[in-house]
Amino acid sequence: MADLSVNICGVDFKNPVIPASGVFGYGREYEELFPLSALGGIATKGTTITKRNGNPAPRIAETPSGMLNSVGLQNPGIDKFISEELPNLMTKDTVILANIAGSTAEECVEIAKKLDETDVHMIELNISCPNVKQGGMAFGATCEGAASVTRQVRKATKKPLIVKLSPNVTSISDIAKSVEAEGADAVSLINTLLGMRIDINTRRPVLRNNMGGMSGPAVFPVAVRMVWQTANAVKIPVIGMGGIATGEDAVEMMMAGASAVQVGAAIFTDPFAPVKIIDGINQYLDSHNIASVKDIIGTVEPW
Amino acid sequence: MKYTQGKYQIAGKSALAKDIYSIEIICPEIAEIAQPGQFVHILPAGFTLRRPISICDISREKGTLRIVFIVKGDGTKEIAKLNEGDLIDMLAPLGHGFTVNDSFKKVVLIGGGIGTPPMLPLAKYYGEKAIVISGFRSAEAVILQNDFKQTGAETILCTDDGSMGTKGFVTEPLKELLKKGDIDAVYTCGPTPMLRNIAAIANEKNVYCEVSLEERMGCGIGACLVCACKTKKDGEEHFAHVCKNGPVFNSKEVIW
Repeated sequence: MADLSVNICGVDFKNPVIPASGVFGYGREYEELFPLSALGGIATKGTTITKRNGNPAPRIAETPSGMLNSVGLQNPGIDKFISEELPNLMTKDTVILANIAGSTAEECVEIAKKLDETDVHMIELNISCPNVKQGGMAFGATCEGAASVTRQVRKATKKPLIVKLSPNVTSISDIAKSVEAEGADAVSLINTLLGMRIDINTRRPVLRNNMGGMSGPAVFPVAVRMVWQTANAVKIPVIGMGGIATGEDAVEMMMAGASAVQVGAAIFTDPFAPVKIIDGINQYLDSHNIASVKDIIGTVEPW
Repeated sequence: MKYTQGKYQIAGKSALAKDIYSIEIICPEIAEIAQPGQFVHILPAGFTLRRPISICDISREKGTLRIVFIVKGDGTKEIAKLNEGDLIDMLAPLGHGFTVNDSFKKVVLIGGGIGTPPMLPLAKYYGEKAIVISGFRSAEAVILQNDFKQTGAETILCTDDGSMGTKGFVTEPLKELLKKGDIDAVYTCGPTPMLRNIAAIANEKNVYCEVSLEERMGCGIGACLVCACKTKKDGEEHFAHVCKNGPVFNSKEVIW
């Protein structure tokens, strides 16, 4: 058994596998299938300041080797998250990343301040949700916007701050550099790629929200490329995600420069995907006589 | 255990009508706990998303579940390729099923089209206390009528074009039955306009009514919040989730 532990911004993870924000809720439903303590961490559902209902259904569609979603940040609001979900999560012996997704910088600041007073291990600032009209991806689309919201949230919390980046930009590594300059402790990428499908019989978009975020194995090569470019551009840790479905995928993402990985759509295909990915990483390391998963981070040898 | 995921062997498969298949699956631990109105979440080989399919029959003795589904798209087409002896990847049993009540003396079960299969476990539970109304487009689409008859329930068959049974919609016989005033509950599954009409009719007569809804799903267990449906509880509107809060809802909670 290889050493699977990693350390990101001073926080120890027992392994580098984290269910991504949005697919895993607050873990309650998956706890019926496996102990949450098996996971490196859990990124919780994006929270807004007050309760949000999200977009009308249908909110999901299958695409070749992937899917589109347009949930639209349905969540009970930060106060309920802190009172009803966080205390339970904090007993699960895994790192909790609270994902915040305000519509304005002020809202993100207010949420961060509330989280700063809790025991949560890390904050993941979502400046990349493609499914909301205000905030979300709009923050993350320009270096100035990303820098500004990061600067304000940075002042509001002493917790390790991860900024989650959108791939729907000209240069994700430039955005990463601008949030690094404002005090982000880490970046996570990629959020979903903005996509759309149309039912040619009804001439209606398949999603009720018309557009949605694309994820799943189809986006994996794009994610690997963006993680590689970003890891080469910044000094802070990069958490890689986008289409990871197997232990081999996770190893590849870490070789591209990710210090840990998040798993999203694969959990819909196989609810045990996170634990199978952990096993898969271990098998790879053992079969290659690599003592620690830390020894593969950023080790790709580009041509 | 509330639910589990695994690959289970198919004990038998048959075609019931055009594009409609019945599959019996050997899954003792799931059959042991499955309830009428619950569903299974099946992964078509090579796909990213699972497909929710309602449970048509539960046999605790044989340790099997039966599902009946219609080929609608590429995912269900892939599931329809499976045969006896093959393994099927299933996360189950899921969702909040029908509420059955031993003190009910007479109930009406209404299935429309591919909404008829989840009525069968209820018909088995209520037996002679049940009146099953099934509605289909035409004679070629009719399924499960012998299965319903074997439960001891009274059966009423309607087709839109009159090619089998009575011509017309399922709501006509329902209205007649409710006039007599001795129906304790109405349970239904089918196309949304049909459910909406049935809910309105039952509500008008103040008869307890449960509807089974359908929506595109992600996780199937209530984590991803994809399968939203608008409901009201205690006067407040909110988005419930078909996979966990449903698929069966009290019809008064649903905002149509």
